Amino acid sequence: MRSNLSSMVHFLLALIVAPLLPGIINRTKALMAGRNGQPLLQAYFDIFKLIRKGAVYSRTTSWLFRAGPMVNLATIIVGLLLVPFAGSPALLAFDGDLILLVYALGLARFFIVLAALDTGSSFEGMGASREVTFALMVEPALLVGLFALSRLSQSMSLSGILYTSGVTGWSVGAPALVAGALFVLYLAENSRIPVDDPNTHLELTMIHEVMVLDHSGPDFAFIQYGGALKLWLFGALFIGVASPNITDASIWMREGFAIGGIALLSIAVGVVESSMARLRLLKVPQLLVGAGALSVLAAILVLG
Amino acid sequence: MMILAIVLIPALAGLTSFVTRSNYARRTLLIAAAIVHSVFTATMWFWSPDPIMDGWLQLDALGLVFLSVVSCLFLAAAIYAVSYLNREQSGVRPDFEESVLFVNEPEAIFVGCLLLFLSMMSLVTLSHNFGLMWVAVEATTLSSAPLIYFHRHHRSLEATWKYLMICSVGIALALLGTFFLAYAASGNQATEVPLVLGELIANSLSLQIPWLKVAFLFMLVGYGTKMGLATLHSWLPDSHSEAPSVVSALLSGALLNCAFLGILRMTQVLDAAGSGDFARSLLLVFGLLSVIFATVFIIGQLDYKRMLAYSSIEHMGIMAVGVGLGGIGSFGAMLHAVNHSLTKGMMFLVAGNILTRYRTKSTKLITGVLSDLPKSGVLWIAGLFAITGTPPFGLFQSELVIFRAALDSGQILVAVIILIALGIIFVGMSCIVLNMVFGSARTQAGGLIFKESLASVIPPAVLCAGVVVLGVYIPSALYELLLEAAKLLGGR
Amino acid sequence: MNDLISAIVVLIVITNFLLLGAGWLRASIRIVALQGFALGLLPLLVNQDGLTVRLAIIATLVITLKGIVFPRLLLRSLRELSSVRAITYYVGPMPSLLIGILVMSSSLWWGYVLPLPDQTGHRFAIPMVFFTIVTGLFLIVARRQALMQIIGYLTLENGIYAVGVFFAQSESMLIEIGILLDVFVGVFIMGIMVFHISREFDNIETGQLRTLRDWIKSRKELPSKDPQA
Repeated sequence: MRSNLSSMVHFLLALIVAPLLPGIINRTKALMAGRNGQPLLQAYFDIFKLIRKGAVYSRTTSWLFRAGPMVNLATIIVGLLLVPFAGSPALLAFDGDLILLVYALGLARFFIVLAALDTGSSFEGMGASREVTFALMVEPALLVGLFALSRLSQSMSLSGILYTSGVTGWSVGAPALVAGALFVLYLAENSRIPVDDPNTHLELTMIHEVMVLDHSGPDFAFIQYGGALKLWLFGALFIGVASPNITDASIWMREGFAIGGIALLSIAVGVVESSMARLRLLKVPQLLVGAGALSVLAAILVLG
Repeated sequence: MMILAIVLIPALAGLTSFVTRSNYARRTLLIAAAIVHSVFTATMWFWSPDPIMDGWLQLDALGLVFLSVVSCLFLAAAIYAVSYLNREQSGVRPDFEESVLFVNEPEAIFVGCLLLFLSMMSLVTLSHNFGLMWVAVEATTLSSAPLIYFHRHHRSLEATWKYLMICSVGIALALLGTFFLAYAASGNQATEVPLVLGELIANSLSLQIPWLKVAFLFMLVGYGTKMGLATLHSWLPDSHSEAPSVVSALLSGALLNCAFLGILRMTQVLDAAGSGDFARSLLLVFGLLSVIFATVFIIGQLDYKRMLAYSSIEHMGIMAVGVGLGGIGSFGAMLHAVNHSLTKGMMFLVAGNILTRYRTKSTKLITGVLSDLPKSGVLWIAGLFAITGTPPFGLFQSELVIFRAALDSGQILVAVIILIALGIIFVGMSCIVLNMVFGSARTQAGGLIFKESLASVIPPAVLCAGVVVLGVYIPSALYELLLEAAKLLGGR
Repeated sequence: MNDLISAIVVLIVITNFLLLGAGWLRASIRIVALQGFALGLLPLLVNQDGLTVRLAIIATLVITLKGIVFPRLLLRSLRELSSVRAITYYVGPMPSLLIGILVMSSSLWWGYVLPLPDQTGHRFAIPMVFFTIVTGLFLIVARRQALMQIIGYLTLENGIYAVGVFFAQSESMLIEIGILLDVFVGVFIMGIMVFHISREFDNIETGQLRTLRDWIKSRKELPSKDPQA
């Protein structure tokens, strides 16, 4: 699939606009709580502030601790290269790139976990073990769902799968089920409520936050930026699965639909975060396995 | 008309007794309904009524055999029940096994459910539509559950819950089988064959065989649960030991037969469609399993009502083996059904007398029944020999016929297994019963002084006499009826 | 029309998974009510002859019974019980969910192997209905409380009713009403029994219904004293 100018534009758009998404989520949560909340561009300010600071490294850490955030950011950017947006193909589209996407995300997570374990602190280790347990259930669900959709759209590349077949009318087909599963996976991968609370101050309740507790300065900036990029990445995946076939629509329709979709998704995540509490740790695997069951059901629907 | 009367009269009597206040009126209603039912059943021997409701309800030889057994047993049980209810005290009192306090169920519910139970069992024997038969069998489960829960303590609660749950699940699977049968009959074709037995047999060539076999499998498992076939029988010992003896007699003697009837009707359809051997081999396997299970559990049994329950499982197994062997085995199974119901009914009623006198169900603690309760003791010994198949009692005849059928069809292994099992059961039960009967009477300080009233001895005595008569000479009318029933099952 | 049937079958599968992973009794009752409600709509859609009076009556009866009456019976039963809210398990929710996924996949495989009735539009409906039946049986076996066993029985009956809708479309109305009546009386009596169990034991765990059994371990368990008046 040939990529074109719009693919490059979309990639740059993702790099620039991604930190706006945490801002939207936080603003929504604040407005629902009756406050005014942080400025929408707060994430940009945070990242710039952190880049200008110096980093502090503990004497017990090794090169892994310094490499973790960099590899994390790099792999997420690679993943961004693979995900199409608004109906135009991704910059790096080839058959089977959906497997590369899942493994890139896995690599990112792997290095974050290694950096966390490298500190030698038990809190980071606890967060790491929780994160990896959840990943155990997230990755099969993601893979099975993407495979189901690839079978449905007869294409092995993400650019052919997304934004081409989606929810149409009343038919509760595979795309709708995978979209449902993807929403849960979105919340899980980006450490949102009900899987993980991004605002908690108590280390015992943290999962993702505690893994990155010891990073500072530019490292922490990379992690924040990577988190924002991951929000955009999964958002593009979700919108791509849920959208009808828009590859032939006019450019304004496509861009508007996709950008509006991601913004709406962020607002929805903010609403979900404000209305629920984090699930008990024992219940989170059940939720993730339920999402996996939806993916398997979608696969059955497509195969049958 | 007569058919409707047989079903509706007990049902109406049951509904009336729910609202009747006076105990006396209720008990008279019970006996009156039982007598009317028996009279109607007796007239059906001489004048067979026409089918009604498009052949949904009609009486054939198979149904008449089971209906007569039900009716006769219910009459005996009803007379016994009146004296039983007289003896039961009301109010809160301690249970004799564990001294927990309990009350009895309101008598209105007991008598009402008894009559509804009779009505639904009659409906099972009379219905030729498989859907209606399913409704009736499920209704027998539902109407007999409150009967088991007469003494309201935790053991009977446990027995009732197991009964309700296991039998409902089993019968739900039988419903699945009924749906498969409907599909086998009229799945993809233009003409629909209704689920009536006659029509299914007439159109047997147009039935889809694989679906028919699956339907039979589900119905065997479903109705087999209700019948007490092995591995599906776990509810049977508990509910038969915790229910009042009247109810146990009816459950063992009448209900298990009606469940067997469901399987037999399906066998008829399979026979007509040419897959009779499939049905028979399955029945043979389940029957042998039941006999083996019962044998293992009867030895060293510490509760005599549980012993009788396992004996029921064994005899149901023998009946299934009889039908499974074919040939004269079907006749043997029919004769066995009649004999076993009468014998088991008698034994449970006598067990009720023993329980009332000694207030324990343990086989180790009771001795000297013969000296304490002479008439019941005699009947208890007679029952032992009857139930284990000793001449001159009737069960000997029927087991002999089934044994001959096994040898006739070359199934030597089956015959050997049954012989060994019967032998072991004879030894096991004799140990238990003879220990109970002989020996010196234990004087219970403050035990219930129980004089055997007429009503608690005559019904079992009459049933025992019936079994003796059948062991020596089968009246020709009965013989003809059993032969006809066996022919319906494809036997001789 | 086929889309709607597929949507209803997917809804039924989702309710099965919800039942397998549920943690609260109240939620389970509501989920099984939703399942019954969805099933009540099926006869109206599956039958090729279109809407007849008989179908309308049956559908209304089923929706009322399974969607309204049974949940109310069970919720009222639940209210009487002292302090039981959470479900207790023999097989926990995670293994149950995984077993559910396994059963769903294998019932689809069975659907390919067996010669099922010909339905072009909704070919996976019948395997999913079998999945419902197996879910019902699994719930009866794998849950401790009596109320959950009733819910498992209701799920089993839902599945079997759906089989009836897809397989035997020519049952007479009298039989269908008879079946519904039987299930209603059955659930009614079971509800009464659960009430008695809760009054007798102060909870509804069926694990404690173990007094009646055959192999007595030691002689000490025999009733050794003489019965007193």
